[in-house]
Amino acid sequence: MTTPLDVEAIRKDFPLLEREIHGRRIVFLDSGASSLPPTQVTSAMTRYYESTHANVHRGVYATAEEATARYEAARVGVGRFLGTSAGADEVVFTKNCTESFNLLAKSWGAANLTSHDAVVLTEMEHHANIVPWQQLQQQVGFELRFIPVGDDYQLDLGDLDRLLEGAKLLSVTAMSNVLGTINPLKHLAARAHGAGALIAVDGAQSVPHLPTDVVGDDLDFLCFSAHKLYGPTGIGVLWAKAEHLAAMPAFLGGGGMIKDVRLDGFTAADGTQRFEAGTPPIAEAIGIHAAVDYLQGIGIEAVREHEQALTTYAFEALEAAFGDEVRIHGPGDGPGRGGVLSLTMGDIHAHDLAQVLDQVGVCVRPGHHCAKPLMRRFGLNATARASFGIYNDRDDVDVLVEGLADASRLFG
Amino acid sequence: MADLEELYREIILDHYRSPRNRGELPPPAHRVEGFNPLCGDEIVLSLLVEDDVVADVKIAGSGCSISQSSASLMSAAVKGKSVAEARKLVATFKQMMSIHEATLDDATEEPEPINLRALGELAALQGVVKFPVRIKCATLSWNTLTQGLDELGA
Repeated sequence: MTTPLDVEAIRKDFPLLEREIHGRRIVFLDSGASSLPPTQVTSAMTRYYESTHANVHRGVYATAEEATARYEAARVGVGRFLGTSAGADEVVFTKNCTESFNLLAKSWGAANLTSHDAVVLTEMEHHANIVPWQQLQQQVGFELRFIPVGDDYQLDLGDLDRLLEGAKLLSVTAMSNVLGTINPLKHLAARAHGAGALIAVDGAQSVPHLPTDVVGDDLDFLCFSAHKLYGPTGIGVLWAKAEHLAAMPAFLGGGGMIKDVRLDGFTAADGTQRFEAGTPPIAEAIGIHAAVDYLQGIGIEAVREHEQALTTYAFEALEAAFGDEVRIHGPGDGPGRGGVLSLTMGDIHAHDLAQVLDQVGVCVRPGHHCAKPLMRRFGLNATARASFGIYNDRDDVDVLVEGLADASRLFG
Repeated sequence: MADLEELYREIILDHYRSPRNRGELPPPAHRVEGFNPLCGDEIVLSLLVEDDVVADVKIAGSGCSISQSSASLMSAAVKGKSVAEARKLVATFKQMMSIHEATLDDATEEPEPINLRALGELAALQGVVKFPVRIKCATLSWNTLTQGLDELGA
């Protein structure tokens, strides 16, 4: 048993939560879209700008050495958070999770896929793990296959052997940003490897909320963003086994990613730097490092327990207040889901729901959540998604219920 | 909640719950689709133009109360009107939707006064300007109408 989260103390680290919206305290239930950064993150970035800032991998003066050391240390810190001691050689910084997938498709994909190959995705992927593959498919002409999602909101693995036959990659989300479904990564990795394919994982929703173990689960690639991880915007991560990175061609070209440039060509740098052209997001790397340190200080197991308990409370509160009037699109309460609640209320459109919720200070995300194939699969146009983070508590759920009751009165 | 009640006025809720001119028209009516990628609103507009008159218009698709009521109000307002009158109505409606920005600009030039009377029931959508994100919902069907008229060369 882990120590329960002291939410009251945690909330003090997030000054934005002191804001009032329409005369009400802000109830931030949109961490699935972007989480708030604690002062530990913003002040680490400010301190860096005020005391250390210099370009990395270039200068020989003291602050430049320091900036480089801190930038490189961020790889190690992030790697440790993902369950590996090899972060220095395996953590590539990108712009965001979407760019991580683009890097994967345009570097690994372009080098490894031909028109005779196949890539397996699932029906519950975010557009970030669909469109880069479709773009590459238009150029190369390989086959894209999709693991279907069952009526129980789980991946239907009944046909997985056939889907994986001859495939070179399985790319799957660890946790659906719409349904909250948590996928069995270790099992999927074993099945992919058994069929001779690699496994890439979209960790955008899982890394901030569930323990991650890239080594234990035997993953090959993992993509995620800092800004959903209580870190800054403008930086994401592609984690990849060093052996894969070593065999992958460079991504964007320019300074920083080369060993040598001649008028008749260039030689790419080794290691992670090969994939980081131009001045990287240095302050943001220090920010993501501070964010994973902050989460490690709290304990990711405790975070998971807290959010699971809050999800249980929300399920009960919504059921008690609205019965069948409110639907939660995703698996029932339990260990197989995360703290993401995609809601619909009768015929009320999600955008209208979100508008009424805003009036009581509640921030939720209305829309298709960049997962249109999944929404279409369930005949949904839009849902209002409430997603939990470390700073949410039962009072937040109570205000959500209050706002939904307002919507029911207004549109009922 | 005063702003919110102004946003969701009875007339809007009425058109949302009982949308006018719902459905699709068979060819030779022109079919045009509009999307609001932000919230997933989709509109399918069937447009029949005969002798420079919007002879018939139907609306299909799904979306929020603002996009759907605006589409319903639009269909009722332009049906039977000449193309020129319909285009003028689009311009007046879009002017109403941009009034917020004009006021914020603190422009030295007086903006041209909007003829709210010409808008009739459509004036009920005025409250939307206080919710900038929703302006796209309100204007979706109107932009789709413009696109349809342009495609028809009308």
